[in-house]
Amino acid sequence: MSTVLELNDLQCVRGSRVLFSGVSVTVNAGQMLRVQGENGSGKTSLLRMVCGLSTPDHGEVLWQGQRIARLREEFNLQLAYLGHAPALKDDLSALENLQASGGLAGLSCSEHEAASALAQVGLRERELLPARVLSQGQRKRVGIARLALSTAAALWVLDEPFNALDEAACTWLQGLIAAQLGRGGVVVLTSHQGRAWDATQPQVAITLQPPRAAADAQIARVASRG
Amino acid sequence: MTAVVLPLPSRARLPGALHGMRCIFMRDLRGVLRRRTDAAAALVFFVIVVSLFPLGVGADPALLRTMAPGVVWVAALLASMLSLARLFADDHLDGTLEQLLLSATPLPLLVLAKMAAHWLTSGLLLALASPLLALQFDLSAAATAVLAASLLLGTPLLSLIGGIGAALTVGVRGAGVLLSLLVLPLVVPVLIFGAGAVSANEAGLGSGAHFSLLGAMLALALVLAPLAASAALRIALE
Repeated sequence: MSTVLELNDLQCVRGSRVLFSGVSVTVNAGQMLRVQGENGSGKTSLLRMVCGLSTPDHGEVLWQGQRIARLREEFNLQLAYLGHAPALKDDLSALENLQASGGLAGLSCSEHEAASALAQVGLRERELLPARVLSQGQRKRVGIARLALSTAAALWVLDEPFNALDEAACTWLQGLIAAQLGRGGVVVLTSHQGRAWDATQPQVAITLQPPRAAADAQIARVASRG
Repeated sequence: MTAVVLPLPSRARLPGALHGMRCIFMRDLRGVLRRRTDAAAALVFFVIVVSLFPLGVGADPALLRTMAPGVVWVAALLASMLSLARLFADDHLDGTLEQLLLSATPLPLLVLAKMAAHWLTSGLLLALASPLLALQFDLSAAATAVLAASLLLGTPLLSLIGGIGAALTVGVRGAGVLLSLLVLPLVVPVLIFGAGAVSANEAGLGSGAHFSLLGAMLALALVLAPLAASAALRIALE
């Protein structure tokens, strides 16, 4: 297997607190990196570093052997990021939101493709409703529909993707993630929920310790398969 | 370690940077059209402020003619400030700002598209409304045309320079006041040359030099403002 994503000795400092340090992990094509840890342990901060939204206080993130800060748009073209917020404009319909985010991701997303992606996530006949009238779970589904369009993105970074989703949507998302890994893509995700991941799924898991135990390196690599 | 190139979307399917710009431009435009109260509020504010001056200073045509360019320009400046604070703040709140920063389109181009949409829904409306308001100040047809032209050339500068301030104040408490404190001093040259164009025309000096300077500032801001605002946004989201 070839390494595509490398986190080298990452450190995150917030004020006077070291959220985590010494985070080093390599992820191969077709592997998933699961980031675990308690609230406030820095999972989201780590994900923001992986996708280039934050600069590490120490260390570097490499994508295919190159620093992501140097690649910028070239890296972004290969990235699909799903943050805490579903990134929707309340005044626009689910369809318009999806087309706009597809355009930002560098995809030429037709109305038919966007409607089809929304239908896949169970939003058929709701695609023309303004996002403001959708429930939290439905808003999350619109965000996840972006992933269905981002099959060409080699790296998916997903922050708590299962939050607010019902069981059917969770299962569907798991299938989507499995398909991404099957294509040779990489998925980096955090999840509070101890979802039962398919043990055959190639994955690396890291657990960030809470900052109170901050004296030493705060990373425990708990499992690596595949 | 061996680097591997993962499958990428075929280049033929990639729509390019202009597509990203168009998407964000249309998205912002649609947002304003669905929530017309914001654009209408700025326009009504502009009309009310300009209309208060003839009522306040009395009906002396000579005095009103002298005051008109400055009054209209200051009102336009303040009206454009009303919507500037939300240029990036809304995107920050709903999470779409992160998507902008992680876009396949260079961030300065997306910022430029947002500034263009802002101008179209604020500055352009103010410029189009200005001839009607000029009637209250007894401006000649020629002076009215120069006033509208100066606003057409100058209001994009307000969106561009204001965009830098809006980016610098993303996520800051009391951003509206801070934005005004940051931006108003920076747009003083625009105000001087914009209002000065009308005064110079009235004095028979011609307004070509003022328009040239406004044009030069606009050309410079078109290049530099999106870059500066992009850098500010990256810092704000760190």
